[in-house]
Amino acid sequence: MRALLGPVIGGAAALFFATPAMAASGEAVNPWVAVAYLISGVLFILALRGLSSPETSRAGNRYGMIGMLIAVVTTLITHDVASLPEIGVAIAIGGGIGFVIARRIPMTDMPQLVAAFHSLVGMAAVLVGVAAYLNPGAFGILDAAGEILVVSRVELGLGVAIGAITFSGSVIAFLKLNGNMSGAPIMLPGRHVINLGVLSAIIGLTAYFAILPTGETAMIFWIIVALAFVIGFLLIIPIGGADMPVVVSMLNSYSGWAAAAMGFTLGNTAMIITGALVGSSGAILSYIMCKAMNRSFISVIAGGFGAASGPADGAEKIDRPYKRGSAEDAAYMMKQAESVIIIPGYGMAVAQAQHALREMGDMLKEEGVNVKYAIHPVAGRMPGHMNVLLAEANVPYDEVFELEDINSEFAQADVAFIIGANDVVNPAAKTDKGSPIYGMPVFDVEKAKTIFFIKRSMGGVGYAGVDNEVFYMDQTMMLLSDAKKMCEDIVKAL
Amino acid sequence: MDFISILSIFVMACFVGYYVVWSVTPALHTPLMAVTNAISSVIIVGALIAAAAGSQADGGQTAKWLGLVGVVLASVNIFGGFAVTERMLAMYKKKERK
Repeated sequence: MRALLGPVIGGAAALFFATPAMAASGEAVNPWVAVAYLISGVLFILALRGLSSPETSRAGNRYGMIGMLIAVVTTLITHDVASLPEIGVAIAIGGGIGFVIARRIPMTDMPQLVAAFHSLVGMAAVLVGVAAYLNPGAFGILDAAGEILVVSRVELGLGVAIGAITFSGSVIAFLKLNGNMSGAPIMLPGRHVINLGVLSAIIGLTAYFAILPTGETAMIFWIIVALAFVIGFLLIIPIGGADMPVVVSMLNSYSGWAAAAMGFTLGNTAMIITGALVGSSGAILSYIMCKAMNRSFISVIAGGFGAASGPADGAEKIDRPYKRGSAEDAAYMMKQAESVIIIPGYGMAVAQAQHALREMGDMLKEEGVNVKYAIHPVAGRMPGHMNVLLAEANVPYDEVFELEDINSEFAQADVAFIIGANDVVNPAAKTDKGSPIYGMPVFDVEKAKTIFFIKRSMGGVGYAGVDNEVFYMDQTMMLLSDAKKMCEDIVKAL
Repeated sequence: MDFISILSIFVMACFVGYYVVWSVTPALHTPLMAVTNAISSVIIVGALIAAAAGSQADGGQTAKWLGLVGVVLASVNIFGGFAVTERMLAMYKKKERK
């Protein structure tokens, strides 16, 4: 192995690994090995740190790549690699697939892609865990008597379980987001009891797995794996489409914990640091999403949101008067305005209206109008999704503002232009205690002098299935049309 | 490394993660998820060890193939995750000043 890689990375490797204790056995005897993994862990921290601003973000991403390269190269040169060609082929196949997907995927499909990637991390964790169980010697987790260390068994059990949950949960999330499976929650009777039962069984069996002699553990180990696959599936099917941003973030977190558990088994610093980073990242994102919807994490996990809301709006189906505007009206009013705040929602992305919208914004800016974009944390289908979609349409990021930064500006705004959003501008969230979205932070659009509300038709309401008072307000003009077509018409009229 | 050292690193890293992630601007939360996805595939290290070990032990042959499959999956994620993050980040542009 060293003969093969020697000429290629000779210089750099010599610097790091040239001491006589250079480990060929798989056990990291050389302190430089640990240092290399630590460096790669630190580079991963810097990768996330870079994301604190768009200017530093790309450098951060490079740090991440370098960190990964260091981890992989270190692993390869410190182990006797019996199968380098196979490994090379494996990396080439995987890398090629990943690269092509990354280049081709439309930005609207990012949530599905991320869910699919999570499932791969989960599956990889399961495979590594199973491999470590089958060949513990290679992973250095045997004690003197040839038994797998007790600590390692607990780590293995948990790691494999978390990995399997991440995998099957992410597959369901992917199918729901991708539309292969209805977003409607699937509610099994007694599902809470079943889920708690399965979860406690996994924990109990992991404990049992740890105390049995290694030779008798095979059955238990496979049962843990199987149950974990089942529970991941059961946990996600009752969660409705509207809660998917939380689920995707949660699974992100799980994939991190799975990596961390494997890092414990291997005593590998890079994996532990990364696992902790990713785990916290996903947990924080889930928290942000929950807060933006005013839902408790527990109630999201318990599932069922969006199932009961269908019939609820049937109760009050009175035709209320509203004002209908045309593209020309909107163009005229906005040209006269001093400031326009645009509130895009997922409907805009569905209609592929972002480019037409940006064109409209540009023309308004040329007229001297102050144009800003206001983004709700749950706009889109994953955290920050709308920002990416606008960035793709060449909207400069310093014109895009978050809810808390812009909400006070509606009172001075001449026009609030709502496109493809609904629940996030519904004042019922502030006033109507009975509303399913009560307590959710929303934009104060009703304070703007004029409101344009692009909507396909007056029937059909947002995700939460609630009517919106804004439709019927005096200063509101409904622009009933396809979002893309309406933006194009406004551009023409300008 | 003994368990306590590992645990210490883990706990400290959780705190680092907490503060670093809160400092990420919400506008970049999607790239954040994509890049965390890519870096969590550092699990490839485990897959490489399994794949590299070959068939020394009883379960070695199976472990090797599982490892190789793990390498493929993790590679999809590494290359895909970093590439898609790069692609997204390249889209974020500042207002051009006239």
